[in-house]
Parts: sequence; C-alpha cells; structure tokens
Amino acid sequence: MSPAPDVPALRAKFGTAVTRHAVIAGDDIVWIAADRAREALAWLKAEGYGYLVDITAVEYRDPELPLEVVWMLRDLGTARDLRVKVALDPKAPLAVDSVVDLWRGADWLEREVYDMFGVTFRGHPDLRRLLMWETYHEGHPLRKGFPLRGHFSRAEQTRQALAANPEAHYSMEELSIAEAYDDLPQEMRERLARGERGNV
Amino acid sequence: MGLTLPEAPGATVSSMSPNWMTTRVDAVINWGRANSLWPMPFGTACCAIEFMASAAARFDLSRFGMERMSFSPRQADLLICAGRLPFKLAPVIRKIWDQMPQPKWAISMGACASTGGIFDTYAMVQGIDTIIPVDVYVPGCPPRPEGLIYGITMLQKKVRGETLFDWNLRDERPLGPEGLFLPAPRIDEISEPFGNSVHQTRSA
Repeated sequence: MSPAPDVPALRAKFGTAVTRHAVIAGDDIVWIAADRAREALAWLKAEGYGYLVDITAVEYRDPELPLEVVWMLRDLGTARDLRVKVALDPKAPLAVDSVVDLWRGADWLEREVYDMFGVTFRGHPDLRRLLMWETYHEGHPLRKGFPLRGHFSRAEQTRQALAANPEAHYSMEELSIAEAYDDLPQEMRERLARGERGNV
Repeated sequence: MGLTLPEAPGATVSSMSPNWMTTRVDAVINWGRANSLWPMPFGTACCAIEFMASAAARFDLSRFGMERMSFSPRQADLLICAGRLPFKLAPVIRKIWDQMPQPKWAISMGACASTGGIFDTYAMVQGIDTIIPVDVYVPGCPPRPEGLIYGITMLQKKVRGETLFDWNLRDERPLGPEGLFLPAPRIDEISEPFGNSVHQTRSA
C-alpha cells in the first residue's frame, strides 16, 4: 500500500478547494469546499486513506461560525490520520454528497448525522432517521437551536412516542411481517416500493 | 364433606386427618402468587447488570420464588423495568405490559426508570409511571441487589394484602382515548424538572 498523501499533495491536486489547513493537537485537519468534498474523499481513499473511521458534524455555539461535517480518515498501512471538514452555512439548507458508494460503512454514519443535525447526504440510498424513530418530527436534536428537553411538552412527547409503531423502524427486508408497512411515512413507502434500498 | 381415598373406596377421611386444612381463599391464592412471581426482565441499562447479579448465585433471587425469568411476557407476572426508558422504547414497554396476562405487577428499578433520573432530555421518558402502572419504585443509581430484593419482598407484601374479590384491582388499564396512560396535565406535572436540572430552561 502506498503511503497516504500529505496535505501539500492534496493542495497540489485540489488547489483552492482546500480552503484551510491546521494542525491541532498533532492532528492534520483540512477544510475542503463543499462541492469538491466527495471528489477529494474519493481521491484520498484511492491514495491510501482506505479506512473511514467516522462521520460526524459540529455546530458551534457562536452563530457566526459555520456548521462543519467531519470525515475521519485513517491509512491503515502507515497509521496516519486525516480529518476532512466541510463548512456549511447553518442558516441555509444543509447538504453534502454521500460517500456510501466509496465506503459501505458510511451508510449508518450518514443516517446518524442526518438524524441528529439535519444534514442531507445527496445520493444516500436510504436516508432516514437512525436513532430517533421514523415519524419523529420535533427536529434534529444536536442542533444548537434544539432545546435540551425538546420543543414539545412532555405529554405531547409521550403521546407521540406511544403512537409510534415500533415495527415501523425496519426496512422491507427486515419486515417478514409486513403489517407495519402502512405505518411508514408516505415518502419512505414510495422509496421502499421503488426498491432503492440495497442497490448500492 | 370428605375425600374418597382411591385405595379404600367408600372410606371417608376423618376431620383429624393431616390431609386437611382450612384457610381463606385470599390467603392461599396470594401465598401462591407472592411466592412464584415470574419476572419479565426489561433491562435497558446499568440497572440490568445489578438485576443480573440479583438473579445470579451470590444474591440468588430464587430464594424468594423468582428463579424463573420469563422472557415471554405471556408467562410473566412481574415486569421489572431495569434502566432508563427512552421514548423510542415507550411503545415497546407498553406493548409488553399489554401482552402480560393478569394478575401482573410492575417494579420500576432505579432512579431513571422511576423519574428519568439524570436524563432530563428530549429523548427520555420521565418515569415509566407515565406509561404503565407501577407498584414498587426501587431507588438507587443503580440499586444494589439487596435493594431490588427488598423491593420485591415489598411487592410480595403488597400481593399478600390483596383480595380476590376486589374486581377493580385486576382491571386492565389501557391507553385512554388521547393515546395516553395518564391525563396530559398530570404527565406534564410529574415530568417537571427538579434538583440540578431546574437550572436548564426549556429554551436553553
């Protein structure tokens, strides 16, 4: 396995799309323009960073700072780490390109970021909530604008939770008893009917 | 009134026979119920570890007639919720409770199951008594096995005090028309923040 490229190599390849580079506590962090992030991640994967450790997001308390989507990459051959960030405007609709076709393991990571932060991953085959239930519509809990106890009253939260069908969390394949199908949200039923899940 | 012995047809047992006893129906049925509570373990967190310790050799729950963990709610008498209950599990515990046949009781084990505990957040039920009726609350974070066993013996005491002829005692209490177990204002009232969490306002 070839050694993973360093930041100057990334800069040489992507030029001004690499907007910033910092070394914090010994970790290399690069910020990449949102429209070229997928391309850069694909290149980094091909060049040695084969292991996607995690995808997450950060929203800062300062409302002027952007919301960042973070990819943690590792080169297993040389044990080098690289953190790739994309800065998004938290006031605009949040969207980046999915990397599920590069790393199959990105599937649930992206679903979690979507669930908690509301970041849409374009091209994700099955983007629905992972931790909260399908029909949860109080918001995205890890956003700074989300109150700790949620928006609704406790009684309303309890009512909505009790009204949820626990079996409606599963995909079509998991539903050997497909009775919960009617309880799924409309757009999810359409997606499942088109058979989009599993065709990655 | 007497019994006909199979080996001696026609002979009646004398009233002095040791095969006879008189008792109250309540006493004998409650004796049976209290000493063979089959728990349905609903373990969601660290309380479940203490619950496992209670059931294992050192603390040995079977001394009190609870050696038979019922992993099917249909054969269970006692639901032990060991651990915090997220809202996502609320319909699950409600379904399990509804699947348990009467007579049935519930123990809320630990601070989180009883009140939400430290998890005064968007994701957590603030006490399982907003979802199902609870008979005994066991305090602690998590309670020691002795604490759980004390709670179970308290429940046994409660069972022994019940009467078979109180028809309301064993009524099913399904969710109300608005889909809630308790009235909405009551849930809001008992879910009010307390202790350190009052410093966190709803808008913070």
